[in-house]
Amino acid sequence: MPETESGHPLLSLQNITRIFGDLVANGNVNLDLYAGEIVALLGENGAGKTTLMNILFGHYVADQGRVMVRHSSGILADLEPGAPQAALEAGIGMVHQHFTLAENLTGLENIVLGTESLFSYRLNRSKARAKLQELMQSSGLEVDLDQRVSRLAVGERQRVEILKALYRDARILVLDEPTAVLTPQESNNLFITLKLLAAKGMAIIFISHKMAEVLSSSDRVAVLRKGRIVADLPTSKCDRHQLAEVMVGHSVQAAERKPGYPAGEALVFAGVSAGDGREQIENVNLALCKGEIIGLAGVSGNGQSTLAKVVSGLEKPTAGTISLHGKPLKPNAVAAIRSGIARIPEDRHHDGIVGAMSVEENLVLEEIRKPAYQRFGLLRFNEIRKRAQEAIKACDIRCSGPLAVSRLLSGGNIQKIVLARTLDQQPDIVLAAQPSRGLDVSATADVHRRLQEARDRGAGVLLISEDLDELFQLSDRIAVIHRGHICEPVETEKLDKKQVGLMMAGHSAKGEQAA
Amino acid sequence: MEYIDILLSANFWAAAIRIATPLIFGVLGALVCERAGVLNLGIEGIFVVGAMCGWMAVWLGAGLWGGVLIAALAGAFFGLLHGILTVPLGLSQHVSGLGITMFATSVSYFAYRTALPDVSSPPRIEAFQPLDIPVLSELPFIGPALFQQTPMTFLALALVLLVSYMLYRTPLGLAIRAVGDNPSAVEAQGLPVFALRIGAIMAGSALMALGGAFLTMSAFDAFFFGMINGRGWICIALVVFASWRPGKALLGALLFGAFDAFQIRLQNEVGAVIPSQVFLMIPYLLSIVALVLVARKADYPRALLQPYFRGQR
Repeated sequence: MPETESGHPLLSLQNITRIFGDLVANGNVNLDLYAGEIVALLGENGAGKTTLMNILFGHYVADQGRVMVRHSSGILADLEPGAPQAALEAGIGMVHQHFTLAENLTGLENIVLGTESLFSYRLNRSKARAKLQELMQSSGLEVDLDQRVSRLAVGERQRVEILKALYRDARILVLDEPTAVLTPQESNNLFITLKLLAAKGMAIIFISHKMAEVLSSSDRVAVLRKGRIVADLPTSKCDRHQLAEVMVGHSVQAAERKPGYPAGEALVFAGVSAGDGREQIENVNLALCKGEIIGLAGVSGNGQSTLAKVVSGLEKPTAGTISLHGKPLKPNAVAAIRSGIARIPEDRHHDGIVGAMSVEENLVLEEIRKPAYQRFGLLRFNEIRKRAQEAIKACDIRCSGPLAVSRLLSGGNIQKIVLARTLDQQPDIVLAAQPSRGLDVSATADVHRRLQEARDRGAGVLLISEDLDELFQLSDRIAVIHRGHICEPVETEKLDKKQVGLMMAGHSAKGEQAA
Repeated sequence: MEYIDILLSANFWAAAIRIATPLIFGVLGALVCERAGVLNLGIEGIFVVGAMCGWMAVWLGAGLWGGVLIAALAGAFFGLLHGILTVPLGLSQHVSGLGITMFATSVSYFAYRTALPDVSSPPRIEAFQPLDIPVLSELPFIGPALFQQTPMTFLALALVLLVSYMLYRTPLGLAIRAVGDNPSAVEAQGLPVFALRIGAIMAGSALMALGGAFLTMSAFDAFFFGMINGRGWICIALVVFASWRPGKALLGALLFGAFDAFQIRLQNEVGAVIPSQVFLMIPYLLSIVALVLVARKADYPRALLQPYFRGQR
């Protein structure tokens, strides 16, 4: 291992404190980072992980404390606060959760941006290209440099981001939730690359709230809770349950799998086709009963979003019929809501709420025509407020009150609004698309509990997910979607995860490659 | 056919290029601003300012190129104003731009009236004369059509090349394109977002002012009220038509110039039957049609119209 590890940190965060209003985003955070190690920064949503990294990179200025970086000369010196340029020069590279790439520019242009003097008369592309070829070879990060970023897949974009840091000879690499947007396969490749980079002497911090990847891919774990470091220990000395408890602050009980009591077919697909291109679905036959959860497993982009749109009434099937309680379903979103279909959309920020509107407005959006909330076409504000206060209390929506602007809430709390709005209407059918994606442990447990409650009340739940743990924990039956085709659902007890994983990758149930 | 005769006359093509020249300046200016992510609807007023300042400077004895410089500086000043309002303050680019247009126009008229309170017709200056380029301007047809233009037309054509080189071949151009596409990307690479945007708006506005100056110092030799007559707005449409590319912007300006020159000649031919207003309408109508055809697939700068605030997503 590199010589610097013997007690000389490459980076040292000392007593970092940052306060937003009443919220202590970071309180006296101390963290050292050594060359050649991979540190996982673990914490729930809102624990202050991203704030800490933004301070490190100069997007924010800490109220107190110092960021110190060891320069190539071996001296540990203060980093100028609030200056990304200084962080870059000190050898810190950051890969943000939401990529900072100009999409109309090529990968090469994004990487070279800002590395040459603005007033030089010529951009030296060939020199940049040569250096990048070498970097791509040594790190295994293959990217089509001359393709516009808008045409690159998510995984490739992330590789461009990492190359940006390597091109500037970064010695410290920070990745904010790097696997949130990746498929399991891509995540594995990413961690292989990170280990390679660390072996060459780079210091790496990655932010995560996924226990499995933290345990498998880091050398050391630092846990943040409510802005404070509550644990900092070698990964080899951690176990899953202990970490989860430290992270959440209390023990988390995952919902037990309870069997449902299916009764009578509710939502029936007969030969349904819709959509086009990659998101096409073809000849789907599926019957969802009352009181059961059908898990639809599949890697995203195999037609799930088209299926969700068809059920929500946002897209018209090109063939086949969908019926609800024996009556055909109108291809119309309003009709879908009124006939008792609750929709938990995949992109909750964009499709789940109206970001600019308040929590109370979002909570009653679907029921605004009911006499409970309007009289003679005028809103009954008191009733709406009362409903919002009840929901906030019952569902533990953390916000400043019914008038809080929804957009500013965390993903978990936004999901709670969506759940309260849709499930409190006692729907017959629940369409839940990737309902726990990007949520932390406790918010996920909450989503699972509410879906089970809806099922136990007699609703039919269609759970679209790519998380096998989630599917096996909740579903009564599991079907797999691959390239727009859905297989016959099978009782969960008769399946194992490996088998379903293979089917998601396109192998048929018996194990051979499907056509 | 008389229509064919029009298209075959050198005179027609010379007029088309002359009419296109102020549009070339204007569309380049608007393009630079929008590439950096800021719409500059101040263009119409900045044209007026350029026309007024350039002409006034020459009348006061600054010399022709001195007038050009002063027009550009005046344009840059109004660009700075628009930049401060829309970039660090993040105000609506539409409102600010329209405000700049109204403000710049009235200030110009006011200055004109203050400087010349009693004249009924504006004093004339010694304007730019067509350059006589040896050999080239004596070529048959091409000579009179292309090479008997004033120096400012050649400046406009040179600027097309220069802006194009700057945008696609220099680090500065890359930074400008990036800041109009995703300012966060620029900030993450340690470059100053505000400075880049304000700088681009100032440079673009200076170019717009040159378009105005061309009118009073090359096309005509005096300043009149209402002489800009919507040329700035045409440029805003031409930028979309050009999909934000300098080469296509030149093409668009030339097309518009050709339409305009054509309709003037058409009026003489068939003017007795059809009212002249119909002909005046043609170039605008055609630019709308062209816009509809082209703009649907336009690849616009993604951060256009979006103010950037640090630390916000």
